[in-house]
Amino acid sequence: MQHLIRFLIALLIVPLLITGVSAQTDPRSLIDAMAAGNLKARAAQIEALAAIGDAKTVPALQALSDGALYFRKSDKKVFIAQKSGKDFDLFDPLTAENIGTVPKGSVSKVRVNNSLRRLIRSVIGTLTLLSPDPQVRIAAAQTIFKTGDPDSLEALDRALVQEKAPDVRSAMELARASVILKSDSTDADKIAAIGLIQKGDGREAIPLLNEFAAQSDGPVSAAANKAIVEIEKTIALWDIGQTVWYGISLGSVLLLAAIGLAVTFGVMGVINMAHGEMVMLGAYTTYVVQEIIRNGYPGLFDYSLALALPLAFLVSGSCGFVMERTIIRFLYGRPLETLLATWGVSLILQQTIRTIFGSTNKEVGNPTWMSGAYELGGLTLTANRLWIVVFALFVFAALFVVLKKTGFGLQMRAVTQNRKMASSMGIRTPWVDALTFALGSGIAGIAGVALSQIANVSPNLGQNYIIDSFMVVVFGGVGNLWGTLIGALTLGVANKFLEPFAGAVLAKILILVFIILFIQKRPRGLFALKGRAVEA
Amino acid sequence: MTKSAAGSLLYLDGVHVSFDGFKAINNLSLILQPGEMRAIIGPNGAGKTTMMDIVTGKTRPDSGDVIFDGGIDLTRHDETDIAQLGIGRKFQKPTVFESHTVWDNLELALNRNRSVFATLFYVTTQRDRDQIHDILETTRLAARKDELAANLSHGQKQWLEIGMLLAQEPKLLLVDEPVAGMTDAETEETARLLREIAKSRSVVVVEHDMSFVRDLDVKVTVLAEGSVLAEGSLDHVSSNQKVIENYLGR
Amino acid sequence: MITSFLFKALDRRAIWVVSALIALAILVPASNLLLPSDSAFHVSNFTISLIGKYLTYALLALALDLVWGYCGILSLGHGAFFALGGYAMGMYLMRQIGSRGVYGDPILPDFMVFLNWKELPWFWLGFDQFWFAALMILLVPGVLAFVFGWFAFRSRVTGVYLSIITQAMTYALLLAFFRNEMGFGGNNGLTDFKDILGYDIQSDTTRAALFSASALALAASFLICSGIVRSKFGKVLVAVRDAESRSRFIGYRVENVKLFVFVVSAMMAGIAGALYVPQVGIINPGEFAPANSIEVVIWTAVGGRGTLIGPIIGAVLVNAGKSVFTAAFPEFWLFALGALFVATTLFLPKGVVGSFSSAMAWLRRRTAKSDTPVAEPTVRAAE
Repeated sequence: MQHLIRFLIALLIVPLLITGVSAQTDPRSLIDAMAAGNLKARAAQIEALAAIGDAKTVPALQALSDGALYFRKSDKKVFIAQKSGKDFDLFDPLTAENIGTVPKGSVSKVRVNNSLRRLIRSVIGTLTLLSPDPQVRIAAAQTIFKTGDPDSLEALDRALVQEKAPDVRSAMELARASVILKSDSTDADKIAAIGLIQKGDGREAIPLLNEFAAQSDGPVSAAANKAIVEIEKTIALWDIGQTVWYGISLGSVLLLAAIGLAVTFGVMGVINMAHGEMVMLGAYTTYVVQEIIRNGYPGLFDYSLALALPLAFLVSGSCGFVMERTIIRFLYGRPLETLLATWGVSLILQQTIRTIFGSTNKEVGNPTWMSGAYELGGLTLTANRLWIVVFALFVFAALFVVLKKTGFGLQMRAVTQNRKMASSMGIRTPWVDALTFALGSGIAGIAGVALSQIANVSPNLGQNYIIDSFMVVVFGGVGNLWGTLIGALTLGVANKFLEPFAGAVLAKILILVFIILFIQKRPRGLFALKGRAVEA
Repeated sequence: MTKSAAGSLLYLDGVHVSFDGFKAINNLSLILQPGEMRAIIGPNGAGKTTMMDIVTGKTRPDSGDVIFDGGIDLTRHDETDIAQLGIGRKFQKPTVFESHTVWDNLELALNRNRSVFATLFYVTTQRDRDQIHDILETTRLAARKDELAANLSHGQKQWLEIGMLLAQEPKLLLVDEPVAGMTDAETEETARLLREIAKSRSVVVVEHDMSFVRDLDVKVTVLAEGSVLAEGSLDHVSSNQKVIENYLGR
Repeated sequence: MITSFLFKALDRRAIWVVSALIALAILVPASNLLLPSDSAFHVSNFTISLIGKYLTYALLALALDLVWGYCGILSLGHGAFFALGGYAMGMYLMRQIGSRGVYGDPILPDFMVFLNWKELPWFWLGFDQFWFAALMILLVPGVLAFVFGWFAFRSRVTGVYLSIITQAMTYALLLAFFRNEMGFGGNNGLTDFKDILGYDIQSDTTRAALFSASALALAASFLICSGIVRSKFGKVLVAVRDAESRSRFIGYRVENVKLFVFVVSAMMAGIAGALYVPQVGIINPGEFAPANSIEVVIWTAVGGRGTLIGPIIGAVLVNAGKSVFTAAFPEFWLFALGALFVATTLFLPKGVVGSFSSAMAWLRRRTAKSDTPVAEPTVRAAE
């Protein structure tokens, strides 16, 4: 049966194509023709319809396949019908315009059977291959790729002749390769097709090749098996890439949370347990900014983060400034006391925010430019994560420049290395201390702006990051910015690689245990300073 | 063990240490005989303190032999082991246990079993008391024995530290700048104390103060840039051309 | 040897504290059980369980003070030892429920039946015996402290680094105990206890007995701590706290000193947890929260570290304050606690007891014009 139909198609189409002459090119009359003739004739009618290559005829064909194509007994005109109570709503098969409601008895179904349905499916595939919309063409090619319907070969060839868009072309070539595998082409062709499929990416190719390898034998089967192995290798590589990306993404979050700490703890040696609350203040600043924008200037919503950044820096920075002036400066040289006092501050800040905003999570929206995702080969990169990675690196670079290239950075380093000497050289050390601490806190604040995009904004936000941040700074090596960067990324990536084996919570526990052991081995972190000065 | 280490108390040969590329000790060799007192001088950064760090186990050398008492490889031991082997050390800055009394400082330093359980069930014996009294007399701190160490003057802290070293009964004493910040009278007193100590054990003194070194009247080793420049009596080394260039000439 | 140890432990102040605690252990339960409830001296059931809880907190604070006040090890993970002791006791109490649980399984606790577990995990074996549970109450925190300390002290992790990794330790345990797969009841922890040593855990007499046990455990621990602190080993502890490297150079094996005192302290914290759990009726992973451990530090700091009475007074004061505050103004408790942290470190670094005794010493010197030193070691920045 199948062969017969294909033979008929060939008989019908080839002359049409060659001569360019068609008996009838009006789709409407071709559709109406289906009101007459038996099932055998129907095949020819469908092929004729397909031959004009007009994607507008797809709904009619689909309706035929679904058994929703009816003809009006009075004038033998064909419509798509939809049951409406006892009557039928009729729609124009080409324009989908509602023609009106008619009683059941006045229409009759255009008959169809399974072998016709198969034909229709491939014809629809063919027709959509010619659709003006490239997305539809790609989708059609991908459908053919999955089904590998041998009937689509000619259609694909035809579509390929006129196809210009390279991405559509490659999708179609893949589909063609898939079709060749199912057809009775020569082994050489099939092996070439396998090669093509292997090159195109795709998890979808594996079941296809598996099925094919099981059915065939000899060199073709071997080639298919080899291709499967190769594809799996490629996929595994992309998967590793994806995990690395997730790891970098997590690492950049850790970096953001830890980078302010790298200033206050790493450079100044102050243990600020309220660091997490500085991050939280930044996140709440973002929330407040967005609330004001939502209520007053909805048009500015996409700029809300840009507005929140300097404000968050100011809010957290001035909070840090006040903390340093009123508490921390009395505790220099007593790190354990500093730890306790700043913990007290963190409790007060948390409770303040809880009193003002309540303890529930606050909704902070993503601006449009931070939603969506990008595809990069086999990788999926969501926009918000991508921006956070970029932002974290930017903040890192900015801080680096401030510390190494500006006068303030020089004074800061001088004070932390030798307070007395710096003071006798005319640097106002108390002022430098306060500003350094404010800088570290302010950076925590802008980290809060970024984290508000991916984390729950609640009074406990800071608590969730404080231990991780300390781990990053200690792991990377106190007083070393590069150490913080590498520490954050290493821990992020390691965490994500452990997750598939151990689950998220266990992965985190393992990382913590690893760091605990690591600190025992290298108490001064990855990039430790050496020499006599260290233990002084 | 190297042949020449036999019979010596402290033997350093070909010792190298570097911190992040900076060579603090460069092919240092030094031999100290039992009972000998030695003064070590040298400009800042010559590696004097680092040498002491190596001997007392605080810093591990990158290469070279450090041998104590003719056969013990000190590079394999840590500070605690080395202290228990009989090497005492006095720091540049006096470090005593400030929230303990003078008496308790000395009692802690006594050369007794220092394990956890021995100290937990320790009972002061008459012998211990006598020994502490002796040391208090030697260091002239008897009148202040119940005073907190924090309340001592700078010079008294130095003496208390020396007293603690005596209580440790070491075979070898390393003393880092014992008279820094002392008055002339205190300096003389300290020189007397050290000479008395040197009667019964070996002492290495690191010092900047030339008149103090002259007072000690012992063999002198000059260090510069991490290695030995000259060795001999003070007069001998101070006439050495290299030493003059490197150190005294400045 | 032991007698001389105990003899030294009992200086005047220690005798006073121990007798006060023993009196508490006898009088309070007696008043609760024997006096009519309208008597002015009757201690209510509520009060007895409240004070009983404070006593276990005081024991925890005492344990922390031994390592922090005397040896300079600021552990931010003592809550973990407390919780582990509590879990060991909780496991014993769970096994005592037997077939009275909701699902009526004679062996498996309810949560295991709920999770479709078929048999008891190996680490639950033996917990039906009280002696075994009691052993574990000491051993589990002790072994954890030993392993952790063995690594940490040997590689000379000190000061804030040590504090941070102890915090990481308790945080890791918090995450671990939240997991159902761990086999400790996950989120909900262990609860619905029925019996302890065959007595109904809810009854007045059991409650009174637990109170006495807490007071006596505190007294015994106080005695042990006092003995440790007054021995030569105690002097070594302070020496290590004030000048660690000097202690090495006069021949003390600092890591062993720290390890010993850390393990003893962890075991005391474990006992405190084990006495806490039957009195409050539940143990859950929340006890591992880093915030809890830091709170213990503030009790100790408020009372006065480096004194043995300080942490006991501090724990009772702060927790009594907490009870009053959370009843009257629940919103403000965290403000008050936060302010307490700041105020104590800034204005009262020696704590209530430390400041009081230095004030007394100052007065005595003024009046007697004698220059005898203060008996208590002065508290310095524990670095």
